[in-house]
Parts: sequence; C-alpha cells; structure tokens
Amino acid sequence: MPDLVLDPAIAGAVPAARAPQDDMVFHVRDHHPENGTLLGFWIYLMSDCLLFAVLFIAYAVLGRNFAGGPSGAELFDLPLVAVNTAFLLLSSITYGFAMLSSQRARLGSTLLWLGVTGLFGLAFLGLELYEFAHLIHQGAGPQRSAFLTSFFALVGTHGLHVTVGIVWLVTLLFQLNRHGLTEANQRRLMCLSMFWHFLDVIWIGVFTFVYLMGVLP
Amino acid sequence: MSAHHDHEHGHGGHDHGSLRSYAIGFILSVILTAIPFWLVMGNAFRNSSTTAFVILGFAAVQIVVHMIYFLHMNTRAEGGWSLLALIFTIVLVAIVLVGSIWVMYHLNHNMMPGMTHAPGAAAQPAHHMP
Repeated sequence: MPDLVLDPAIAGAVPAARAPQDDMVFHVRDHHPENGTLLGFWIYLMSDCLLFAVLFIAYAVLGRNFAGGPSGAELFDLPLVAVNTAFLLLSSITYGFAMLSSQRARLGSTLLWLGVTGLFGLAFLGLELYEFAHLIHQGAGPQRSAFLTSFFALVGTHGLHVTVGIVWLVTLLFQLNRHGLTEANQRRLMCLSMFWHFLDVIWIGVFTFVYLMGVLP
Repeated sequence: MSAHHDHEHGHGGHDHGSLRSYAIGFILSVILTAIPFWLVMGNAFRNSSTTAFVILGFAAVQIVVHMIYFLHMNTRAEGGWSLLALIFTIVLVAIVLVGSIWVMYHLNHNMMPGMTHAPGAAAQPAHHMP
C-alpha cells in the first residue's frame, strides 16, 4: 500500500491536523492512475509537437528563399504526395482496426492489422526516400538553398519519426507474439497508437503547408 | 471508494473508439484531404492567397477530426489533463509561429531597401533617417 509508506513522510513534513493529512493521502492515490503512462506519453507528443512547430517556422520563414535554385512549384510532384498521403491515412485506419481487435482480445487479427499498418508505413517511407533521392539527383539537395534546407529538415524529421514508429511496431509484433495481449502490451499498443496518429496529424500540416502551398504561384 | 476508483481507472476516462468512430474519422479525413488536393491541382481559384487560406482551413478542420476520432481526444481523458496540455501546446505554437512570421516579415521588409538599392544606397543615406 503506497499510502502507508507515504503516511509518515507526510506527517513529518506537514505536522498539521488530521484532516489535510487524510486529504493528501487521498490525492497521492488519486493522482497515480494505472495509465499515467498515457498522460506522460501524451505530454511527450506535445513536446514533439513543439519540435515540429520550430521546423514549420523555419520553413515558413525560409520557404521562399530559393537562392536562384528551383522552387517548390518546379520540384514537387503532387500526385506522388497524394499517394503518400493516402498510404499514411490508410495506415491510420488499419492501426485503428488493430486497436479494435486488441480490445476484443483477438491476437491474430491484431497482429495482422499491425502488420498491414507497418507495410503502409514502409510504402510511405519508400516513396518519400524515392522523392528525396530524385530531388538530390536533380541537384536539389539540402545544400542548394535555404528553402531546400528547411524542406529536408521538416519532411526528413517527419520521415525519421515514421521510421522509429515502424521499428517500434515491429518490436511490438514480436512482443505480442511472445507474450500475447497482456496489460503491458495493451498499454504499449495504446502509446504507439497515439504516436502513429500524431504523425498523421503532423503530415496534414506538411502536405498542406509545404507541398500544396509550395506549388501555388 | 476503492472499488469506485478502480472502476474509473479501468477505463481511465479514455475513449478507445469504436469501428463507427474510426470509420467516420477515416471518411471525413479522405474528404478533407481530397478537396485541398483538388483545389490546388485543378486551379480552382484564380487567386493563390484565397486557395492558401481555404486549404489551411481544411487542414485545421482535418487536424480536429484526427484529434477527436483517431486520438480520442475529449474533455474527460486523464481528468482533462491531456486537453489542458494540448491547449497549452496550441497556445505556445500559435505565439511562436505568428510571432516568428511577423518578426521575420518585418525584418525582410526593413532590410529590403538597403539590399535592393545596394548600388544607390550611398546616394540616399537620408532614406532611413527619421
């Protein structure tokens, strides 16, 4: 019982009346819910949001500094970006299906939907790497202009997050396979779910602000 | 009391979503993604700044849709702390984003005369004097 351990400490620190002491014990118990991990992870995501905000700002400020190089309108291939967006959106819904399966304690279909999500994630990454390789091959690498530096920094950081998400997803596949849908694995699934959907939210900002607005005259 | 708490934390105030909510979220996101792409690729508006504002509006709505239907954001999750953290982050991002763009725009604006008229800058030194 954590409150029994904490009781003397509180009594030593606050030699007050009985009533507030009871109150504090109550709060100690109340503020350590079993899924405090989820709130903690949410706060991590919010700090990640600030990281992306800074990269978006860099792009907003430098996005039109072409240094005589190619502009977004000349470089961006919108159909490719649309396909990439579709991959990420589909991976979001398939992750949702994995979560629904895990709530119904169906290990097989959880693994299946997680695998499908991972494949969509890989397809997204593959297309993004193809786009990057194509740009660099054209001489439009990150060194070319401030616009391209901020573009590669923003889109690359998002891609890096997706890569980490896929590594996490594969790890979780092995853990689920070995331990099943235990409470710890359910919690991990929930955290990765937040991470994955969060990356999709960031991608909305990327395709709107970078690609669609980048090709506007 | 303990039973009551266990019951509450069992769900943790988290809405894990249903097939219906995921489906609604997915259909809404497809629509909200397709329209901006169509607007830009089909040159729907003559004026680019109109297009920019409209697609930014669609992005904002889509982000809210994702928050509600995929991230299951609501006022009850974690006793409201997730929402509070989210609002705090949005306020920070808004201040930093708007502030930076505003400052950098004015910086460019104030630098421009000196840079664009570089050859003639010496001839017009009084330009910047109040």
